[in-house]
Amino acid sequence: MVSTLPLIVERLVKRYDGRPVLDGLSFVIHRGECFGLLGPNGAGKTTTLRCLLGHAVPDAGRIEVLGLCVPDEARKARARIGVVPQFDNLDPDFTVAENLLVYGRYFGLSDAEISRRIPALLEFAGLSARAHASTRTLSGGMKRRLTLARALVNDPELLILDEPTTGLDPQARRLIWDNLARLTREGKTILLTTHFMDEAERLCQRLAIIDAGRIIAEGAPAELIERHAPRRENGCPGNLEEVFLALTGHALRD
Amino acid sequence: MELTWGMLAVWRRNCFVWRKLALPSLLGNLADPLIYLFGLGYGLGAYLPPIAGVPYFAFLATGTVAAATMNAASFEALYSAFARMQVQRTWEGILNAPVSLADIVAGECLWAATKASISGVAILIVIALLGYAQSPWAVLAVPAIFLVGLAFGALGLIATARAPSYDFFMYYFTLFITPMTLVCGVFFPAERLPAAVQAVAAWLPLYHAVALVRPLIFGQWPAEAVWHVIYLVAVTVAAFAVAYRLARRRLLG
Ligand SMILES: Nc1ncnc2c1ncn2[C@@H]1O[C@H](COP(=O)(O)OP(=O)(O)OP(=O)(O)O)[C@@H](O)[C@H]1O
Ligand SMILES: [Mg+2]
Repeated sequence: MVSTLPLIVERLVKRYDGRPVLDGLSFVIHRGECFGLLGPNGAGKTTTLRCLLGHAVPDAGRIEVLGLCVPDEARKARARIGVVPQFDNLDPDFTVAENLLVYGRYFGLSDAEISRRIPALLEFAGLSARAHASTRTLSGGMKRRLTLARALVNDPELLILDEPTTGLDPQARRLIWDNLARLTREGKTILLTTHFMDEAERLCQRLAIIDAGRIIAEGAPAELIERHAPRRENGCPGNLEEVFLALTGHALRD
Repeated sequence: MELTWGMLAVWRRNCFVWRKLALPSLLGNLADPLIYLFGLGYGLGAYLPPIAGVPYFAFLATGTVAAATMNAASFEALYSAFARMQVQRTWEGILNAPVSLADIVAGECLWAATKASISGVAILIVIALLGYAQSPWAVLAVPAIFLVGLAFGALGLIATARAPSYDFFMYYFTLFITPMTLVCGVFFPAERLPAAVQAVAAWLPLYHAVALVRPLIFGQWPAEAVWHVIYLVAVTVAAFAVAYRLARRRLLG
């Protein structure tokens, strides 16, 4: 029977040159949840996402996305997923609106259908006034917002966001947070990676901290804080950053 | 390998970009071959006897159609496709949609052939305006030009899938494209070459491109036409398969 969980990852193993980058990773995400994947540089976050999209073939393990087996049915799954990649890949040759139009075509949507969706997407990204501006003229924050809007062009059930707010100023980050909160309220499921503990604490109902391709802690942010960074003697509450450092150590990774 | 309508979306994306800059791009693509054609055709042509019954200018012009198609397809499949694959990460973006890598490579190949055909046909029109392509059968050169574009698009994509940087493409041009242009009958009949060189030339794709396109423009049915077509189709299919495999290794580890 096909499960109702939008994402199931079981004992995922991925090796590069014999070295395990993912080493038996397992987690599930519930419908309508925002799930965070945290971990130091090189922990395997992007590799995990690449496996979920069918871009990297795992050496072992099972992946089920929206009831579809990946990588076998990855193309079908991607039709129902929206992706914000770690590195921007907006089309510099196009305007803001054209980026949405061209991207929608990759999903087999008609121009008429995409054009119907564009105003709401621009509005969502706060870019209505910039519809006809060249993508080259956008600030980093605007580009990220446009990338997020582009990920919604196919009205996906699941969003996969790889460090959606890296490189943004606090204002721009907050705007993306509001957007993501709105999307979960609308019933979308979100899988997100981040290096910002405040972001994870604020957005994610549950999260997993991974290190060297293995999950070392998993649960609701408050739960993890309670477990790994309990309230200090002076009454100050612990925070997620302390949890992260307590679990992954202070040494540099990459 | 899965090919779907996604490849047309990729083709359309590239066409959309091209349409924004169509005129300067076309002029840029035509300037080089036309300068050579008029410079050599008239300058050198004045000293040369007709070749196989046609004036040297017409001989060179018809060879130039094939060579310009080859060059345009190669430039598109090398520099432009590399920019989209590596520099702009456009392919990565497309792969996150339900489009396969095979669709992307095929869409790029189709587009390189399309853009090359625009150049090739533009020169064909110049030739016709000068009165060297009088038979209505010369339109048969158009599908032949497209096939030449496909073959060189696919070959170029092999280099692109392997290229560490743009510098790599210089080797492709100086070691493959330029020598091929000299021995495949563009500037003079390949039969003038030493037998050993001729034997090699007969296995180069531009040789078949010229052997197919030149007579068609003159309204003649090419000798061994079927063999040239089979050869170019085979090169296209084989090169596409290799380019796809290499791109897969590079992008989908
Ligand atoms: N194609 C590849 N070939 C070889 N090694 C790779 C490849 N892709 C990733 N790796 C290695 O796998 C490990 C995990 O990389 P990954 O990009 O998944 O980390 P990450 O958690 O996303 O890190 P970051 O926070 O820096 O983005 C790294 O050590 C990286 O060098
Ligand atoms: Mg990463």
